[in-house]
Amino acid sequence: MSEKINDFVVRFANVNGTGSASANLLFCKAIFRMGVPVTPKNIFPSNIQGLPTWYEVRVSEKGYLGRRDGIDLMVAVNAQSMEADIKSVSPGGYILYDSSRKLPVHFHREDIHFIPIPLMEMCNATYTDARLRLLFKNIIYVGALAELMQFDFSVFETLLADQFKGKEKLIAPNLNALKLGADYVKSNFKGDFNLKVERRNLLGDSIMTDGNSACGLGAIYGGATFAAWYPITPSTSVVEAFMDYADEFREDKETGKRKVAIIQAEDELAAIGMVIGANWNGSRGFTATSGPGLSLMNEFLGLAYFAEIPLVLIDVQRTGPSTGMPTRTQQSDILEAAYASHGDTRHILLFPSTPKECFDLTATAFDLSEQLQTPIIIMTDLDLGMNDHISAPFTWDDEKDYQRGKVLDYEDLEEIQRFGRYLDVDDDGITYRTIPGTHPTKGSFFTRGTSRDEYAAYTENSPAYQRNMDRLVKKWITARNYVPTSVLYQQENTTEYGMLFFGTSQYSAEEAMDILKENHHQVDGIRIKSFPFDPVAITFLEQHKYIFVIEQNRDAQMKSLLMIELGISAERLISILNYDGLPITASNIVNQITHSLKRVEKYTSI
Amino acid sequence: MTFIKPKFRHPDLPKNKLGYTISYYEGALSTLCAGCGHDSISAAIIQSAFEMNIEPHKLAKLSGIGCSSKTPTYFLGNSHGFNSVHGRMPSVATGANMANKELIYLGVSGDGDTASIGMGQFVHVIRRNLKMIYIVMNNGCYGLTKGQDSATADNGSISKAGIVNQFQAIDLCGLAIELGATFVAQSFSGDKKQLVPLIKAAMAHNGFAFINVISPCVTFNNNKGSTKSYDFVRDHLEATGTFDFVPEMEEITTNYESGEKHAIKLHDGSLLSFNKLDSDWDPLDRFSAMKAIHNAREKNEIITGLLYLNQGAMDLHELVNTCDKPLNSLKKEDLCPGSGALVSINAGLR
Repeated sequence: MSEKINDFVVRFANVNGTGSASANLLFCKAIFRMGVPVTPKNIFPSNIQGLPTWYEVRVSEKGYLGRRDGIDLMVAVNAQSMEADIKSVSPGGYILYDSSRKLPVHFHREDIHFIPIPLMEMCNATYTDARLRLLFKNIIYVGALAELMQFDFSVFETLLADQFKGKEKLIAPNLNALKLGADYVKSNFKGDFNLKVERRNLLGDSIMTDGNSACGLGAIYGGATFAAWYPITPSTSVVEAFMDYADEFREDKETGKRKVAIIQAEDELAAIGMVIGANWNGSRGFTATSGPGLSLMNEFLGLAYFAEIPLVLIDVQRTGPSTGMPTRTQQSDILEAAYASHGDTRHILLFPSTPKECFDLTATAFDLSEQLQTPIIIMTDLDLGMNDHISAPFTWDDEKDYQRGKVLDYEDLEEIQRFGRYLDVDDDGITYRTIPGTHPTKGSFFTRGTSRDEYAAYTENSPAYQRNMDRLVKKWITARNYVPTSVLYQQENTTEYGMLFFGTSQYSAEEAMDILKENHHQVDGIRIKSFPFDPVAITFLEQHKYIFVIEQNRDAQMKSLLMIELGISAERLISILNYDGLPITASNIVNQITHSLKRVEKYTSI
Repeated sequence: MTFIKPKFRHPDLPKNKLGYTISYYEGALSTLCAGCGHDSISAAIIQSAFEMNIEPHKLAKLSGIGCSSKTPTYFLGNSHGFNSVHGRMPSVATGANMANKELIYLGVSGDGDTASIGMGQFVHVIRRNLKMIYIVMNNGCYGLTKGQDSATADNGSISKAGIVNQFQAIDLCGLAIELGATFVAQSFSGDKKQLVPLIKAAMAHNGFAFINVISPCVTFNNNKGSTKSYDFVRDHLEATGTFDFVPEMEEITTNYESGEKHAIKLHDGSLLSFNKLDSDWDPLDRFSAMKAIHNAREKNEIITGLLYLNQGAMDLHELVNTCDKPLNSLKKEDLCPGSGALVSINAGLR
């Protein structure tokens, strides 16, 4: 039997609310500590306790961190989903299951290997407390897996020591439970097991964390002093992380006074209204939400666009429309975000791909929003936000100052004859603003969502209205040179085929590019990071005849945006879509692109 | 259009302690209908700010949408203003207030803007005890869309088109007290003598100060049968007392009419003096205030004056424990943990 060393997928089938997530993370983290690339995906229900939940771990020596189809090993400890879980294992794969109860005969499959472990019986024999029986059941199977896969067991000792710092008495019971599982396998499992984890040193100084925490930390570093929010999955942990870091970094330990205000609002309308108020008054404020919240924020986003008020909004996208699948991932808010609100509006979008980028782009977003005096919407998603990812470590340039944009202070105002809030002094569409309370006699103006002239006075004069709308377009064009630049995957173009992707499609798209190359289908790649599209993206799109646009929604929203904004014809943009609520896979991309290439070749050869 | 008023003022106009005449507190020329109650309230706000010696740039005026929400253009022209979206002024005021605790925040809203579309935000800004003055210019109708009933229109009130309102009215003062508002007053746009001291007291209050001002709509709701018309309101007014506001360090020189004299010392040391007309009512007692409102409603009277005051509650800044310096004045050095802190954060994620 050929061994699969550092290259396989394990899926855990658990019951929600039984402590399985932390045990599964322990398994994952152990592999990470052994220096082997690993990527977990938590596929969980919109439920607190009792429903089936899955945790999928891909181990990839080559460093492919996207989801992969095909399950090499199923850890099945949920009776509810057992039959389907067994069916989903790839031929030749394994199923490790709780054999305390006998499996019905018809669950059996000849083409996979069954590894029975009486988890519940072992727990009942070892622990008297019901809670411990439940929790340690999970740790026991992690121990069994570690033995089967021949983990370096010492990794658990350091891992648990780090995890339970300050609660040291929890280390020994956890280690014991791990050993219980390992020992059971040693004495009872006699078959072959071909999935192995071997220690490597492939990860360098990488970290493992989720995008939401990284956004929360980015907001701390970016100088946010205000956050308003309304709880909604999957964005809630952005603000929760911000709160935790605020406790650490923004609280005076003696007085308890805080350099931050965080308000849980009554709804998303109020959340963004508060953020607008704070930014209008010179504080850096942000909010985080998901699709339904973004829908509610539309009116206020239009106000912020038109009245030119900076703000940062983190949209952790989930599967829509409506309530959709609240705990599944998607990239389906793109058009909604790009043109949020009635009238002619356009918003700047940023697309992070990794936790490091969540951190960097959140911090950068505060600069951009003040420089451009407009909302910046960070388009992350559930996969990036709530799953752990291997990422480059966070870095910060201490020399760099916050870019507050064109704000006039007292001295500036003293020198000005007449202040015009919407006067395009520098001919770049970006005008000067003042913060309330700056000067007793100069710089006050009336902020409004109604039409006004260059001096902020209400007007229904047609030319004045149109001048202002045209200036906003000019500002939009200026913004192209402010937003983060796209990433190219080749020094020079190699073919007339390009593939364009963004956000969490990065992992699988990079893998797909490698597979296509192996299959002799050369495709140039670009990952875009922002809307408006930057000059690098525009050039790439001009230079390729056909561009595969990879995105995770049904309606090809990014393709629409490219067509609308750049006037590219529909025939040149070939959609590679995924909208089942799960992160896109490389094989899906490869199949769709290969299929299209055949079709295109057939068409062009006629 | 924003109309500019003629700049000429009488040279002998009295000046306040800051050396400003009252004209310095005025705004653009009103574009509301002639005789609109809202303009009288704007005048009362101007008078109050002048008498309170407020630096106009240290006050921010905010509003939603509607006739009432237009008024911030017509007063305090040297203050920053924010005309936000319909019913959402409280959230914008909340964020603004959090950013800078040193300014005075004056919110203006209407009955549609507060009691209908903005009810959610009104309710929650009260819960948070945000330090601001919240004035509702209440005319019982939607003026800008030509006179539809609002949620404060009284049951049985007859509209200009002759239609009898069948729905129950929302009593904003009663609701505010119920929700824990710390300063609740009701007045009439035509009673500047009462309104000015109430606004001044609201400006001195350390928390959410709510003033519901009945302000007749001369164009759409001033007809016979309307309970928000000038005639009806004047006939049914029932003042809880006569009021005067005495700023800190000033002698009380006001002469009172008959009745029991009272003075409440406010947060900043100033005094709100009043002559109580009803011996059953105590503005420091929530139950008594609620009872007074219910009694007035039973008797078809419009009760006015300071209805309830609670000075013991913490405002939102105290509740979330913000630092003494305004948040908007904090610099990178105050806020950014720097690259050093990332070393241990990264280590914790390995």
